[in-house]
Parts: sequence; C-alpha cells; structure tokens
Amino acid sequence: MLSMKTVAIVDYGVSNIDSVRRAIEECGAHPIVTSSFRDLEKASHIILPGVGSFPVAMRNLRERRIVESLKEQVVAKKIPFLGICLGMQLLAATGEEGETTEGLSFISGTVRKFQPLSQDYRIPHIGWNSVIVVRDNPLFRNIDPASNFYFVHSYHLDCSNSEDVVARTPYCGEFVSSVMRDNVFGTQFHPEKSQKNGFQLLRNFLSI
Amino acid sequence: MLKIRIMPTLLFKDLGLVKGKGFDSWRRVGSVMQSIKVYNMREVDELIFLDISATDEGRRPDFVAIDELADECFMPLTVGGGVRALEDFEQLLKVGADKVAINTAAVEQMDLIAEAARTFGSQCVVVSIDARRVSQGKFRVFTHSGKILVDIGPVELARRSEQSGAGEILLTSIDRDGTMEGYDIDLIREVAGSVSVPVIASGGAGTYEDFVKAIEVGKASAVAAASIFHFTHQTPLGAKQFLASRGYEVRL
Repeated sequence: MLSMKTVAIVDYGVSNIDSVRRAIEECGAHPIVTSSFRDLEKASHIILPGVGSFPVAMRNLRERRIVESLKEQVVAKKIPFLGICLGMQLLAATGEEGETTEGLSFISGTVRKFQPLSQDYRIPHIGWNSVIVVRDNPLFRNIDPASNFYFVHSYHLDCSNSEDVVARTPYCGEFVSSVMRDNVFGTQFHPEKSQKNGFQLLRNFLSI
Repeated sequence: MLKIRIMPTLLFKDLGLVKGKGFDSWRRVGSVMQSIKVYNMREVDELIFLDISATDEGRRPDFVAIDELADECFMPLTVGGGVRALEDFEQLLKVGADKVAINTAAVEQMDLIAEAARTFGSQCVVVSIDARRVSQGKFRVFTHSGKILVDIGPVELARRSEQSGAGEILLTSIDRDGTMEGYDIDLIREVAGSVSVPVIASGGAGTYEDFVKAIEVGKASAVAAASIFHFTHQTPLGAKQFLASRGYEVRL
C-alpha cells in the first residue's frame, strides 16, 4: 500500500524539493521534507533530490550532519534510497566539480564533467534523452527499455563497478543514467519531471 | 539521442496570461493556471514561464503564485522575471523551477551569473537575451522587457554569460516577437555559433517549417514559441510530428 509509505525528502538547502514532494504526493505516498535524523529514522523511503553543485551540496550535507544520518539509515538499516540528478552524483566516492570533493561513497566511482566530442554536443546536456536499461532491476519495471526521461546536468557519474550500472544514455559517447547497489538507487534524470515514465519509476521505487 | 525540445512560452502580467507583438500591445490570452493544466495534460517537453512586469515594477518574482502554478506542473519548467539575487534563484528552485532565467540582471549584475552557477550549478542558469536589429546586420541587446537599449551585442553578451557560467541561452528577437513571420535566423545562427551551451530560439514562429529553419540553419537546440500555439491550430505535438517526418529526433 503506497498510502502507508512515508518518504523523507532530504532538504539540504540547494534543490528543487517541491517538485519531488508534489510528485510523491501524486504517487499516493506521504512526503516529509526534512533534514532531521528523527524524520529520516521514521521514513520508509529516502529521496535525495538535487540541483546544485557537488562541493556546495556536500558541505551542506556535512554541516547539517545529514551524512551520518544517511549512512545509518541507508548503509546500516538498508532503507530504500533514491538519489536524483545531483543526488545520484553525491552517491559517488569523489566529485570533480570545481575542487575534488569526497562524496557519500555509497557507489564507487567519480563524478566528471562531460567532454564534448564536437560542437553538436552542447554542455550542459539539457532535454529528453533515451534511457537504455542494461540489466534487470525493480526501478524500471513496466517502463519500455528505451524510454525518454528529462535531463539537465553538466556532470555525470563514472562508475568503477559495471555491476552498479542499471541504465545508460547516449551523449558524448555514453554515460551512466541510472545506478543500483542493494537498496541504493540513483537516476541522473529527473523522474519528477519526466511525466508518465517518471511517475511509473517513482511508484516502482515506492513499492520496493 | 537528445531530442529537439518544443517549448511553449507563457508570458504573464499581473498573473493574467498575455501575448504581445514586438514586446508591446499585450493581449490577454487566458488564465495561466488553465494553460499550465492543458500543457501538462499534453505532456509538452518543457515550459518557459516569464513574469514580464516584475522588473519594471521593481518587484521580485511572485514566489507564492509561482509555487501554486508549479504544483500543477509535472514537467520541466524555466522561470524568469524580476530575478536579481541569489535568494531569488534559491526560492524559485525550491518552489519547482528547474532552471531560472535572468535578463536585465544578466547585463546589470554579471556577477550574479557566476554566483548562481557556483551555488546551484550552471545547468540551471539561463541567460535570456532580448535583441533587435538596430542597423543592417547589427543587433543590440535590450533589457527591461525590451525597453532599454544596452550598448552590447547579443553575441558578446552570450559569450560573456557562458564564460561566467550560464548553462543555456534563451534568445528572443524583439523584431519578430508575436509576428509569426519566422525566427530571425541570422540572430540565432550568430549566437549559437559563438557559444557551446544550448541556445533556445524564440520570437517569430508561425509555422512548423520555422522550427526546422531555427534548428537546421540557426543551430538552435530547442525552439520556444507562444503565438503559434495561442492563436493558430498548430500544437507542440503537431510540431514534433512534423519534425519527426523530416527526420529529426523528437519525443513523441
């Protein structure tokens, strides 16, 4: 029953929280926008949204002591966790945006800037692009294997272990557009802005 | 493949939806909320939402109204009008904007572009450039909803914006705005050819063929339009079907 689900949306100062909150509501779950450990402890699911820059986001997560709370809930207690856009990038071990910054290290890999292959590849990568699912996973259930989702980003997560990669998207070659490791999920695109496919993905996440 | 985006533009004044010609003679075209609901239902690629009276009235964006509108908007949203400070970016992103457009402030406070890009990332900083032909082949930028001439060309402003960290350029031809006579292709080509961030062509679309020209000749990454969708039977979906029939990658 989705209506029983309480979803903590992590508020760390720089993100489009309200879109995620509304989308979760539309999916029939109960969202709480929060940075407190108590709320995170009560949640059945945790979402780390993201707009912003990697170093600023990590600094805010540390200052608000959210890093420890997330490690406790996500790594120790295995609560289903979804990082969106920058939220997925923060799962990495390191980010190379501006200065080199240590990430949450839930997924091993590095966040790098796109290297344009020609003037046809404009950076940031903005718009709808195909998400090619490369392995069986619960997040993309009932979604066509090469559906379009909405992206808006200049950096992408380069995974060290290919088994963490759930989907790839063609741009400047190819990049990782979705990851999964145990209870930890990430999407480089914005499901909350991706209409039908996005809602299906969020509902899939909520039923994990 | 990254798809070509067709983006309806909603201009509003005092929360009524308007459309003008040459940045003047505004006509009321209905309630903003109604339009958002329709575009949401039709699953358009992205919406641009500009409060064209905020800067003139010395106001900040109307966060409460934008919050209400964004709550009905489960699609990508670029919001602009009256943005002058980092807090405006923060608030707009918080209430549901994916990108924030700055126009007058991009000229008057160039530092804001860099600060916003550092804090929120380049991908959400859209510099909106309104330009008009001042003599044969020469364009100039106008701020304050096209009222004030600035002694800078659109190419130079676009380049400087990109260097400061802007992630996208929304480029509007004041001359073509609302005429439905086609985009100013020279303007688009000059700007798109001088930056490596995506350029959204705006101002003048009257037929689906105009979209093709902006993409093919102008090298725009996306096309914005208003009148064609308000005042004719042509639709964003129809535009995409037309582009698909010409071999362009769109989301259908």
